[in-house]
Amino acid sequence: MVELSNYLVLGAILFSLGVAGIFLNRKNAIILLMSIELILLAVNFNFIAFSHYLADIQGQVFVFFILTVAAAESAIGLAILVVLFRNTNTINVGDLDSMKG
Amino acid sequence: MIELLLFYVFAAVLLFAATMVITAKNPVHSALFLVLAFFNSAALWLMAEAEFLGIALVLIYVGAVMVLFLFVVMMLDINLVSMREGFARYLPIGALVGCVMVVEMALVVGSQDVNLIHGVSAAEGVGMSNTKALGSVLYTVYAYPFEIASVVLLVAIVAAIMLTHRRRPDTKHQNIDRQVRVRKEQRLRIVTMAPEKRK
Repeated sequence: MVELSNYLVLGAILFSLGVAGIFLNRKNAIILLMSIELILLAVNFNFIAFSHYLADIQGQVFVFFILTVAAAESAIGLAILVVLFRNTNTINVGDLDSMKG
Repeated sequence: MIELLLFYVFAAVLLFAATMVITAKNPVHSALFLVLAFFNSAALWLMAEAEFLGIALVLIYVGAVMVLFLFVVMMLDINLVSMREGFARYLPIGALVGCVMVVEMALVVGSQDVNLIHGVSAAEGVGMSNTKALGSVLYTVYAYPFEIASVVLLVAIVAAIMLTHRRRPDTKHQNIDRQVRVRKEQRLRIVTMAPEKRK
């Protein structure tokens, strides 16, 4: 039988892959957004697993809301990316230093 | 037994796809591997008896969000070479941070006694299907959060359209404000002319 720890470890590995993706692709804003999607997916895995093993539907309700907010986030993020590309002709995060931050 | 085997197959493909997402050279390949990752996640969610969310993940993410990603990736003309610079430099630290996080979380999971083997379906306890059980709390207990979620989506629509919408100077468009404010004198000219004489 599949145990709860199987799902939790899978979620942990997926989360770490997302974080490593942010480190590796710090130039490409699109891959950064994809890494954030991976991280959110890992969090959803934990919610689903606990919802299943504790027999509580509320975890799935939470996943529902996370999916909604994540979809809104990626839509706005991609819109910002398109505007950015239109104005600066690049989506390289390293080039975005106009605020000298 | 067969369930455990299926879990490992889906998990292996999911982790492979996730690794390819963050290491692929071409962003289009990354997006397609992310689609594969979402499909396998949906299968794993089905195994955890979250049927509605599994189908919703395929419909919303594979059907809508990833198509949006592919659209943007293909629309933008990205210089792939400059994007890859620094990849090899950050590979050790990225791998290190990832490994440390995996080990830490695995230690947390391993140290606690979290091995709940008996997976129980949340819906079965009340004798309903998963979708019905989800809906029965979503429209009662979580009615206000549900409404707020719809507002969040509305804000996303308005924001995305306002950000990307632009009015090019060379295109023809109606100015409704000026159309409504127009006066009769601006459009109509009454000329007085002498009547023609009939012979």
